[in-house]
Amino acid sequence: MTQKTYIQSYIQIENNEIVLNGESVFKIEQTDFADFSKQAYRHFEIQYPKFFKMDALSKLAFLGADLLLSPIVSDEKENNIALVLANNSASLDTDVKHQESISDKGNYFPSPAVFVYTLPNICLGEISIRHQLKSENSFFIFDTFNTEFMSNYSNILLNSNKAETVLCGWVELFNNNYKAFLCTIGTNENLKITNETINTLYNK
Amino acid sequence: MEALKQELKEKIVTTLNLEDIAIEDIADNDPLFGDGLGLDSIDALELIVILDKDYGIKLVDPKEGKSIFQSIETMAAYIEANRTK
Repeated sequence: MTQKTYIQSYIQIENNEIVLNGESVFKIEQTDFADFSKQAYRHFEIQYPKFFKMDALSKLAFLGADLLLSPIVSDEKENNIALVLANNSASLDTDVKHQESISDKGNYFPSPAVFVYTLPNICLGEISIRHQLKSENSFFIFDTFNTEFMSNYSNILLNSNKAETVLCGWVELFNNNYKAFLCTIGTNENLKITNETINTLYNK
Repeated sequence: MEALKQELKEKIVTTLNLEDIAIEDIADNDPLFGDGLGLDSIDALELIVILDKDYGIKLVDPKEGKSIFQSIETMAAYIEANRTK
């Protein structure tokens, strides 16, 4: 029997603001993403120095995931939380930085720390390491956020018992333009977000 | 030598994005890996790039890295003895 699934929590990050379950929890004056992400990290008192070594896409995904997952992950049991993310620009923001470092044959010093982020799914690894997840994860590239696909994919994972919770969403970042929408989906009815879908929340 | 050690500390903090570590908190003999600065394998590769890019030293044998990158002290001594720029 197919179980009904419900959005448990959601987060939006764009325009120097973080909105959690419809409530603004962090907002600063106009700045670039590097500064915004650092200030958000400090504001939420996250203790994870490796954050500063991540590329911008991973920082964006990490911040959103951290605020959604930290309240629900447990140190005492295996957390079967699948990760399903998507975006349009893949890892292009970091790919360009890497390309710049190898374009001059006379000054050819590619940075290993930049190179390791030249795949978009690395952000899933960062989230998995942070929360000790050994669960299903996938990263898709779409022209725009395909909410129906994301909803269907999450429901399949939950109904086939591949995951107890799914963290899914959109994490787009290129050239300081960024937008993240992440949500957790599970089978527990959430009275606070009863009739909402990924599509209605994303387009609010 | 003291100037080189200071330069290396600044390069390491900046290049390796050690946001929560102050340059003055790094002692010359602190281990760079493990319980010291806690650098990882990608950081080790970045240190090899620093040697090449800034001091003209190409590490031919990666095994050498273990002794060279023990601390700021060992790194500075190796650079002083082998630098080409």
